This record gives sequence, structure tokens and C-alpha cells, in this order.
Amino acid sequence: MSMVQPLLEVNKLQTQFPTSSGIAKAVDDVSFSLAAGEILGLVGESGCGKTVTGFSILGLVDPPGRVVGGQVLFKGEDLLTMDTERLRAIRGNRLAMIFQDPMMTLNPVLRIDTQLIETLQAHQDISRAAAYDRALEALGEVGIAEPAQRLRAYPHQFSGGMRQRVAIAIALINRPDLIIADEPTTALDVTIQGQILALVQALCRERQMSLIWISHDLSVVAGLADRVAVMYAGKIVESGTVRATLDHPAHPYTRGLLGAIPALHERGSRLLPIPGTTPSLLNLPAGCAFADRCAQVHGACALPPPDFAVGHDGPSHRVRCWLNHANSPNRIADAAP
Amino acid sequence: MLPPDSSRRPALLELRQISKRFSRPLDLAARLAQKLGAAISAQTVHAVDRVSLTIGRGEIVGLVGESGCGKSTLGRLALGSYPASSGQRYWRGEGGTTAIDDLPATQRRAVQLKMQMVFQDPYASLNPRLRVGQAISEAPLVHGLITAQQRDAWLAQLLHKVGLDPSLGERYPHQFSGGQRARIGIARALAVAPEFIVCDEAVSALDVSIQAQVINLFMQLRDDLDLTYLFISHDLGVIRHVSDRVAVMYLGRIVESASTDEIFAHPHHPYTQALIAELPVIGGHRRDYQAIRGEIPSPLHPPSGCHFHPRCPYAMAQCQTLARELREIAPQHWSSCILDGGGE
Repeated sequence: MSMVQPLLEVNKLQTQFPTSSGIAKAVDDVSFSLAAGEILGLVGESGCGKTVTGFSILGLVDPPGRVVGGQVLFKGEDLLTMDTERLRAIRGNRLAMIFQDPMMTLNPVLRIDTQLIETLQAHQDISRAAAYDRALEALGEVGIAEPAQRLRAYPHQFSGGMRQRVAIAIALINRPDLIIADEPTTALDVTIQGQILALVQALCRERQMSLIWISHDLSVVAGLADRVAVMYAGKIVESGTVRATLDHPAHPYTRGLLGAIPALHERGSRLLPIPGTTPSLLNLPAGCAFADRCAQVHGACALPPPDFAVGHDGPSHRVRCWLNHANSPNRIADAAP
Repeated sequence: MLPPDSSRRPALLELRQISKRFSRPLDLAARLAQKLGAAISAQTVHAVDRVSLTIGRGEIVGLVGESGCGKSTLGRLALGSYPASSGQRYWRGEGGTTAIDDLPATQRRAVQLKMQMVFQDPYASLNPRLRVGQAISEAPLVHGLITAQQRDAWLAQLLHKVGLDPSLGERYPHQFSGGQRARIGIARALAVAPEFIVCDEAVSALDVSIQAQVINLFMQLRDDLDLTYLFISHDLGVIRHVSDRVAVMYLGRIVESASTDEIFAHPHHPYTQALIAELPVIGGHRRDYQAIRGEIPSPLHPPSGCHFHPRCPYAMAQCQTLARELREIAPQHWSSCILDGGGE
């Protein structure tokens, strides 16, 4: 995988929001890469920076928020330093986003056909008739019955699940290489969520499309993704294949998240919640941000935790934690007489 | 910790054939047209359609279904915060079984006080200008359960019970995190010493680590205070974890109910089967999603017969006309599907 150039490579991405009470480091030193056809699950609780990571990749961070450092290499080109015109040619074309609320994609006063055709004609030299045929096909692909009639409808005439499907059809219509999906099923009912997951999974397989699936729901990611990255307080604290990360979680936070899921416990038994609450992004400690909620906190945690491979699954399973690290100051101190 | 057969507990609250219909009043033009003889009638939603449900003392009944299925309406009917369009509520207290809505006002109020609700968004249910201590202690003061002198000590004890520092009572709702607000919502419900609590999506908006804390609190309080819950959620994982018994709703009707172990091991109704198939499992990894087809129909125009038939993989001709009542297909296992025990 490391031999070929990855489709997307994010290096040391940093996004900050200045506020009246200080600078919020929403994304801090985030790095990951994605191969063609791969599905990455980006997981974390609210406020951990997972959505801002997605927005930063696409250049959608609103001022006063700003990407202050790092690189986002898409097919080798840095999206962060690219001029607006070039970025516009890529965005919505090779690179698309699905939002949690489909009404962020859809214009409420335009018919669905107008919006699909517009998306096509913005990026391709295509006649209106041909674009219409493609729109019809795209709506059928996402499982909307009677697409010819539905094309003439306005967004408010659709149910929530249908709207999300239309938003997905718009994201897919230019056959992008990468889709970033931000909690697209969170607001939907379980049977509709199942339909969307089935659709996205099939599309990734058939078209070798890559996907970043941003979610708070570890169990959805477990079923869908190839790899998972767990975020906490703006940093990726653990990443690896789904199997390695969920079967052998190395970071206490990942273990905590798994321990808190009701479905994994004997019915009626006490769950193992993580104590405390997520920290404010304004005054993060110099050391590990999870330290004051961590059961295995020790002296070394006051220092910035190292990012290293834990070896369950070769070099791809990484964790940002002092536990089990060979050069932990505590180990050295313990070893000393 | 769990009773071996919770469904045989003595009933605390019984709903019999309870219904709730919402009608949209006709506008002026439609009313005029009606007067002139046009065949126009108000559109009616059968939010809850002749539901019977018995909740045993000390039992946690999980009510699960998708949005718009009427589960919240049923919760509010159980509490009496919506008047039922038809049907009765029975309360089994010390004085025997009584039809709550037939009681004289003072007695009815006494029974109602035993029933409380915990909302999905506690922030929306708290007055933003009232210190949470005041908000929590207002109801028991009004009902004469505590005196003004006892208030501070009582409040400290109650806040401690829900896992909040007693000094936090002096703060305003906006100064709390989501998890703390959930605890405040629970304290507010517990303030009048209820026996029965309707938890309407009470943990749905919380992050998973905080959700686990609040679920544990619910379980702890049930054991300590001998509470009875109607636990409403769309999250089957949460329902499976907390409930003794589960009722599955679809478009205003309960389609299946059984003990939690039974319903997850042997789901009978095709809708229940579909819901359980969607339940994410972490152990499995990389699974193939097999979606149930179709959309949830509009409750304004529910399908005829069995409401689920347009989406059901086993639908037969009869399903389009026959809406079967729940029947007991195994001990304490009820299903309304025609396939369970054949049709007539």
C-alpha cells in the first residue's frame, strides 16, 4: 500500500479557531492517508474535531477559523495551497462531500433536476439533454423509485432519507474519486440508515471509490470501514485496520469507547463509562489531553504522548500514548535502581 | 439482578385499547365547502391505534420504533399529558386498581404525581432563568412534599443521588454539559418521589461515554428506589441493554412484544426481524448491509391491513386487508403477524 502514491495524504493538519477566550485547536497535528477504494472511519465524540478535519480537507472552514499548518495532498497536489479556481475544479468533481443535514447540499428553491444538472455542467462539457439523462440515472442508482417524476420535485417534497439520497446522488454524479461523508445517517431511522450504508458500500466496491466516513458511532464504522482513526480533543489517538484497532485497542480512550457501548455488554450489567467529560479545546494540557479521564494515567502523561506503531498489525496500527512505549520516562525511571 | 420472569410482576400501570388521534382543523375555505355539501373531512392521524400495554411494578419496558411510529405519543398517553381519544388507563396503587381518568380531580392529581417524565433534551425542559436548584425543588414545594426549611438539605441529597455536586444547584442550566443536564432532568423527575417514569429518548442525544454514565444511573436508581420505567428509544442497543421486556411499534400499533431475551433470540414479526438485523455488531466486522426496502409510510395515509405489508418480504394477499390483533404465540410472547399461528 505504501509503494503506490496514496489518493489522499493528510500531513500534520492544524486548524484553529480564535475566540475571545483563547485559540481553540480544533484539529491539531492530524495525519493519515487513504488508498484508492479504501474506506476510512473517522470516529470520535462531539467536539473532537472530526467534522473540522473533513471541512479542512475540502477548504470549507469558515473564518475566523483557519487551517494554520500541514498539507492535504490529493493525488499529489496540495489542496491547501491550491488557487481557488483549481480547487473549484476539483471540489464537487473528483472530491465530494455528504453532510449530516442534506439541506446543506440542497437548495430549497430549486428543483432536484436543476441541481443535479448544474453539478454536472459545472464540471463537464455536457449538453443539457445528456445531463438530464445522467441525472435520471443517478437518482435511480441511489434507489429512488420513479426517478423521472421525482426529478421534477423540490427538496421539501422528500422525506429525510430521500433527501439524503438525493444529496448522495449529487455527490456521486461526477463519479468522484473520494467522498467525505460527515455523519450522513445520524439523523435517519435505522432501516433507512441500513439502506444508505448498503448503497455506499456497494458504490465503493464497484467504482473503487474512496470514502472517509465521519461518525460518532463505532459500531457503524466497524461494519463499513477498512481502517479506523479515533480522534480525541483534536488529535488522532489511535488508527489502524478495523480488525486490529477494535480487537486490540491500544489507547485507553478507544478501550473506553468500546466499554461504553451497550450492545457489547451482558444485558442489564453496569456499563463501563469513561469518567468525566471531554476537555475544552481552549486550554488543552501540554501532555495527554485524556490523562484526567484515564484509568492508567501515570507520571509520563504530563509530557506530550508519542505517536508510535503498536505492532498488532504491522506498522499501520498506531497509537498516541505513553503506555507500552519503550522510551516512556516512567519505564526508564522504573528501570533505574 | 434481573427478575427471572419480569412479565409476571404485578401490574403497576395498564393501558387498555388506548388511542390517540390528531386532526388538522379545516381551514375556512374547506369549512365553507363542507357547508355547501362537498365531501371534505378533516385529515386524521392515528398516532396511537388501540394499544394495550401492561407495565409491571419494578419493570423496565422498552418501547422501540422509528420516527413517527407513535412511541412518544404512547409515552405521553401513559402519563396522561395527552388526553386519550379512546381507551383507559388503570393504576394499581395501595387502594386497588383504578381507572385514572375517572377519578375525582384531587385523587387523580395524587396518582399523576406518581408518574413523571424524563425528556430527550433536558435543556428545553428547564427554565433558562431559574437556578437548577429552584427548578428542581419547585414542584415538591408546591405539592407540599417538603418544606422551605428542609429544601437545602433535601436538594443536596437529591443532587448527590443523581451524581451531581450539591453546590451546582446554584448554577443556571446553560452552565452545564449535556451529561450534567441529563442528570438534572432526572433529578427534576425524581423530585416528587414518583413510582413510574417515562424516559423519552432520555439518552439518545448523549455521546457514547456519557450515555453509558446516564444508563448506569437509570439502572442504579431503579434498584435503589424501586422505580418502574417505560424506556422509549429508537436505539435497539440501548433498549436491549436496559429493558426487561420490549414492545416494538410500527405506525401507531404494537406489532410484537416479549421479554428482551426472547425477542432478540426469536424475533417473530418481520419488522422486528428487520430492526434486529440492522442492529450493528462490532464483533462481526466488515459486514454486508442488507437493507429493508421502502420508506416509512405517512401516518396520514397508512397502508391498509397490516401497516408493514408494503415493505415486508413475506407479504401475502391477506396482509393487505387483515390487520390482526396481537396474539400470544409463545408464553408471554405476542405478535400481530399473520404468519405467526396462521391467518383466519
